[in-house]
Amino acid sequence: MISCSEAVRQLWEYLDGALTDRDRSRIDEHLGACLRCCGEAEFAGELRRFLATGASATLPDDVRRRLLASLDDLDDLDDLEDAR
Amino acid sequence: MPAEGARVAAAAAGRQERFRRLVTGELDRLYGLAYRLVGRDAEDAVQDCLLKAFRSLDRLSDEEAAGGWFTAILVNCCRDRGRARQRRPDEVELDEDVERFSLFRKVADEDPFPYSDSLHVDFLGLFGRDDLHAVLLDLPEIYRVPLVLVHMEGYSTREVAELVDAPLGTVLARLHRGRKLLEKRLWEYAESHGLLEERTR
Repeated sequence: MISCSEAVRQLWEYLDGALTDRDRSRIDEHLGACLRCCGEAEFAGELRRFLATGASATLPDDVRRRLLASLDDLDDLDDLEDAR
Repeated sequence: MPAEGARVAAAAAGRQERFRRLVTGELDRLYGLAYRLVGRDAEDAVQDCLLKAFRSLDRLSDEEAAGGWFTAILVNCCRDRGRARQRRPDEVELDEDVERFSLFRKVADEDPFPYSDSLHVDFLGLFGRDDLHAVLLDLPEIYRVPLVLVHMEGYSTREVAELVDAPLGTVLARLHRGRKLLEKRLWEYAESHGLLEERTR
């Protein structure tokens, strides 16, 4: 059976479904026998969910206005870049 | 000449109008993504993206693909901005310490909530959205970008490899290292920002 450190090293990839069948079954075997690594796996899952709910921002109205207004100047900015 | 001038002006106006039509439906999404990638530089990053996209508009043959095209340009603009603002070098702390760091074990060993049955979940509960964002923004750009794109935006690792123009193996390695570094930085942030003291006070 693989060691705890080897199992832990691959836990995120395991949860991503990014491991080969062989590596996945080695992790499954390890998790079936190691309570501590089950805790690690559970926590890695929590961390993934935690990340997924991370910061988000809605576009503020003033920023939207500035960005849309800037579209009118793109031709000029384009020319300026060309002139550099 | 007047006729030629009018033709050129009409073509320029048409090009600008086409661009405006493509951009208008994308602005909210682009800004949201930029905010996750570069925080308060989001507006500037989107502005960079608009100019670059406009300059290469003639290369966009399929308007159905405009979303992905804007995303790829924006991600690169954010990477440029992220690198310019970065306080720490890219390849930082990626020694044995980070590779072996386990936030799960650290929380269990330090036991900041002695009476809790769910100390790991409690630990994550110390972080507000702004705290997590601050930790992410402080990660080197090469780790932050794949972490945000895969775990917050839902892109596959193959899509990220295309977006950042890197081999899949490189993206997978950066994701792995980025996660380890994120775990370590979450602990350090909780310590340095007094999150653990607030909770146990």
